[in-house]
Amino acid sequence: MTTPAPLLSVRGLTKSFGGAVAVSDVSFDVAAGESVGLIGPNGAGKTTVCSCIFGQMRPDAGSVRFCGRELGRLATWRRARLGIGRTYQRVEVFPEMTVRDHLLVALRVRHHDARLWRDLLGRSAPRADELARVEEVLEIVGLSEVAEVPAAALGLGTCRLVELARAIVAEPRLLLADEPSSGLDEHETRELAAVLGTLQATRGMAVLLVEHDVFLVDAVVDRAIVMDLGRVIASGTFGEVMAEPAVRRAYLGVP
Amino acid sequence: MEQLLGFAVPGVPYGCAYAVFAVGLVLTYRATGVFNFGFGAQAYASAFVFTWLVEDHAWPTWGAFVLAVVVLGPGLGLVFDRFLFRRIASTNTTAKIVTGLSLLVGIPALLPMVFGNANLVGAPSIMFNPNTVYVHLGADVPVNGMYLSAAILTVAMLVLLVLLLQTTTLGLEMRAAVESRRLLELEGVNAQRVTATAWAVSGLMAGLAGVLLAPTEATIQAPDYITLMVAAIAAAACAALRSMPIAAVAGVLIGVVSLVAQGYLPTSSVWYSAVLPALPFIVLVAALWVVPGLRHLDEATDPLSSVDPPPPPPVARVRGREIDRVVRTGWWLVLGAFAISMLTWIPRAWETVLNQGMAYSVIFLSITLLTGIAGQLSLAQATLAGVAAFTAGQLAMHAGLNFLAGGALGVLAAAAVAMLLALSSLRLRGLGLALMTLAAALLFDTAIFPAQSVSGGTGGLSIASSWLGLPLLAPDGHAYFVLALCVLALCAAGVTMVQRGTIGRFLSAMRGSEIGAAGIGVNLPWQRVLVFALSGALAGVGGTLLAIQQTVIAPGQFNYQLSLAFVVIVVTAGVGTVEGAIQAGIGLVVIQELLQYAPQRLQGLTFVLFAIGALTYSAHPEGIVELEKRRWTARAERALARLRSEPAPATASGRS
Amino acid sequence: MTPPVLELDAVSAAYGPYRALFGVSVTVLEGATVALLGSNGAGKSTVARVASGLVPVTAGRVLAGGVDVTGKPAWRIARAGIAHVPEGRGVFSTLSVEENLVLSLRRRAGPRALRHSLEQAYLRFPALAERRHARAGTLSGGQQRLLSLAKVLVVPRKLLIADELSLGLAPHVVDDVYRALGDVQRAGTALLIVEQSIDRVLSIATSAVVLDHGSVAYAGPATEAADVVAHVLAPRGRPQGADGAMPAEPRVPRGRGWRRSQTT
Repeated sequence: MTTPAPLLSVRGLTKSFGGAVAVSDVSFDVAAGESVGLIGPNGAGKTTVCSCIFGQMRPDAGSVRFCGRELGRLATWRRARLGIGRTYQRVEVFPEMTVRDHLLVALRVRHHDARLWRDLLGRSAPRADELARVEEVLEIVGLSEVAEVPAAALGLGTCRLVELARAIVAEPRLLLADEPSSGLDEHETRELAAVLGTLQATRGMAVLLVEHDVFLVDAVVDRAIVMDLGRVIASGTFGEVMAEPAVRRAYLGVP
Repeated sequence: MEQLLGFAVPGVPYGCAYAVFAVGLVLTYRATGVFNFGFGAQAYASAFVFTWLVEDHAWPTWGAFVLAVVVLGPGLGLVFDRFLFRRIASTNTTAKIVTGLSLLVGIPALLPMVFGNANLVGAPSIMFNPNTVYVHLGADVPVNGMYLSAAILTVAMLVLLVLLLQTTTLGLEMRAAVESRRLLELEGVNAQRVTATAWAVSGLMAGLAGVLLAPTEATIQAPDYITLMVAAIAAAACAALRSMPIAAVAGVLIGVVSLVAQGYLPTSSVWYSAVLPALPFIVLVAALWVVPGLRHLDEATDPLSSVDPPPPPPVARVRGREIDRVVRTGWWLVLGAFAISMLTWIPRAWETVLNQGMAYSVIFLSITLLTGIAGQLSLAQATLAGVAAFTAGQLAMHAGLNFLAGGALGVLAAAAVAMLLALSSLRLRGLGLALMTLAAALLFDTAIFPAQSVSGGTGGLSIASSWLGLPLLAPDGHAYFVLALCVLALCAAGVTMVQRGTIGRFLSAMRGSEIGAAGIGVNLPWQRVLVFALSGALAGVGGTLLAIQQTVIAPGQFNYQLSLAFVVIVVTAGVGTVEGAIQAGIGLVVIQELLQYAPQRLQGLTFVLFAIGALTYSAHPEGIVELEKRRWTARAERALARLRSEPAPATASGRS
Repeated sequence: MTPPVLELDAVSAAYGPYRALFGVSVTVLEGATVALLGSNGAGKSTVARVASGLVPVTAGRVLAGGVDVTGKPAWRIARAGIAHVPEGRGVFSTLSVEENLVLSLRRRAGPRALRHSLEQAYLRFPALAERRHARAGTLSGGQQRLLSLAKVLVVPRKLLIADELSLGLAPHVVDDVYRALGDVQRAGTALLIVEQSIDRVLSIATSAVVLDHGSVAYAGPATEAADVVAHVLAPRGRPQGADGAMPAEPRVPRGRGWRRSQTT
């Protein structure tokens, strides 16, 4: 069996804040279409890893390669256009914009066709194919009913879904999902797992999932990476890593 | 060495003045979250009242001190808190900055209205006698009471305030309240009282600083205090608006260095005439580039901001179909009536006034685009207007180019300057960006616009009618009106199309969340440069129009005070919509014209009125125009509903 | 008989034009533990916010210990012994960890016991002790969550309202938190808990309130709540959902922004 060339390849990632080391020498791969869980106790450095991959933090050392390309000091928006999407632990929605507009904007950016003359001539209204695609994603994520509501009027859990929809509407090749289930109840989490599974199966989207909800991780990921104190302490299938004593100690608190 | 000391020591009182103000600014920022541009104005008010009471009304010094410093200082702070800042949501950075600006614009205009235009001289000192020499440093470096008072005051204030903020519970609560008043309330602390106390302390400091520094100036004049503020802002920026000791040291250094440089530089050099007066702005720009803390201002957001109700959507988007149709038709009718009236019966004097209003409207549209749509704040829009006008004027004068063609080149020049401004401040946002644009505006005001080669001195360039090629200046024609109307209509349509188009959506995403916008792939640096360039071009168009209308291009038409006033005026009227800008432009000139009939004393009332308008702004950030539109639409909808509930066949047919 | 620690009497609330609660009544008796359940956007957070005075009510009454506190500012309600841990980040990110704790404990424990309470907090949550002088904003999301819980778990209050209690916490930290909750429960603190992990919260709750679209769908013993929750939540499946079946009634938008009131 040949392993496909990895979609994302993180090598020796290190980042510290002031004196505290948040991430130290972290290396892992994510293959195309694969979904990988990144788990670990609070403060293990999971969100920092995501931010370094997405260019929102600059690592002190190490490299991030995406589709065989070294990302180096590339700006976040360029990484997004290469096909990385992200949802955030602290939601980053556009408060005054309606849910549908969130998706339309994300779709427009993907086709990067903002031209001043087109705006001035009034030729930038949403096209039928865009609207259809947006409706499709709204339906998948279950936001159709709030499509016309500004994000500021939505609860925290719904805002997370808006972020998810905004990230996947442009069909990224890799989705960095940072605690997408927090604020959702058990049934909604189950539906979220179904959505992520569908996307992975039908669109070949790879997912890097940072999550505490054991059910969601178990349901979605092919493979899990466990971090503690900024280091990778285990990796393998979810069942394997959960069986390791070091993981049980650090994460589940079982001696 | 002796000579150096001789130059440096007289710089100490200036430096101390900068330091005291800088410390006050940092304190206010850290304890209330507001960068109080009005701090200098508050100090001026206390100094003015103090001197006025002692000199004109023969009050005892202590009595005047109690009234001006202990009562008026904190009183003003409490009034600001109660009526302005308390009502601003803690996340709304733009509202905080603009409200601070309205104080800077409003208070100096208000004081002469209350107390008359007395030129106050000889403020009494309440510490050492300013002219008595107490100590000698070396052979001939006398240290008089003025220096001593300033130094002692600065150190005492610094120590007290650092202790207050860092070691007391009140200080801790103040810092917490800046981040989230609601979270503090959940701890059982009356956050409103904490913030009010912070404002009272800040006001007391302003009053104290004003009164103690009054004797260092020959007369008590508002411009002196504003100049003082600029240096203080630079010093505060050096400390990243965080560390009061660094702010104090930077303030003293700015004062001392500029006097030492003044002593050593030859008076004929360009360094002396152009660079030295601009020293505070240069320090400010350098600090904005270098100090990393300034890139992260206002980043702490209120975790409980989701408790606030969402901002109301624009009325135009939610109103019913009938009302929408009526309003749209109404707008066209008003426009037609306006054009016909201007061409037929409106008196010449009023036509001139309204023409000027249209030129202002175009400049204001640049603020609508930049602030209303893109969420960026620029305090240099009048400067950009001036860049275009002076470029056109110089081209007409020296190259014999038609003024309108030159104006087109001038507009490009303004767009280029705006782009440079955006490029040089890509890493700044919110307050940092506002300060950078303010520094640019001040730089143009002191070093570029007054230069003989740019404006021909303060008198400015007169526009000859031969430059224009069109009878725009003819006293009995309507050519200017037609031109201005067409330009305004084109600009308004352009801004509307951009707002509705793809770029408008990108900009609105950027306004909503920069992290979120970058995360979906919006090229933030480019969007910002683009919107600055477009906005600079609009301001340039307006500036050229204004210059033609006034037949003269002078530095006074485009100074930074106007930039500040413009921003305050537009956001007060309504920054989110094109109508808001036009109504602000027309409103400004109409109010100014009506005030011609008011007593001389009330000439400053325009700015005061708009500063008072900030009262409504702090509660309704969407602006007066939008607020009234919403109210009237709601009323109309209710009336319509009432009509419909009665069985009236005439109205039932209106429903499609 | 002592009056209930908290009583919401037919409370309605709204965010601007968006109405969130419609005549909700919730009673928390002294020493009781009430689980507040419901789907995303059903109004759970709003109930918590109304109880602590963060969101004003548009109708109905709020009583704390029998005293009417309707319309009172949040700090007065907090001083009456009601603590509220909001969802998401509940700490001051510009202050240090220790300053956050001091701000909270000083008033409740009194200046003299402050040192002791601080030690207790660090003892219970050692992760915070290591970072005590770091700015709270530099902590990870989960650690911030822990800090906001540490602030209220050390000194017992009359009522503790926890919104999304275990959100973003690693499994073993959740165990710690529930252990701490058990302690304050034994100390006589009443609890009102919003929690996504339903089984877990029902295991410590004495009664439960299930919300649906801003109204109470069930209020009663915790033992029977699980069935009701399954009933209320399950039919919400979307076409892609696991359960598939769609309810016959028209679906109402979720999120708290779904009903525009008629008045504005």
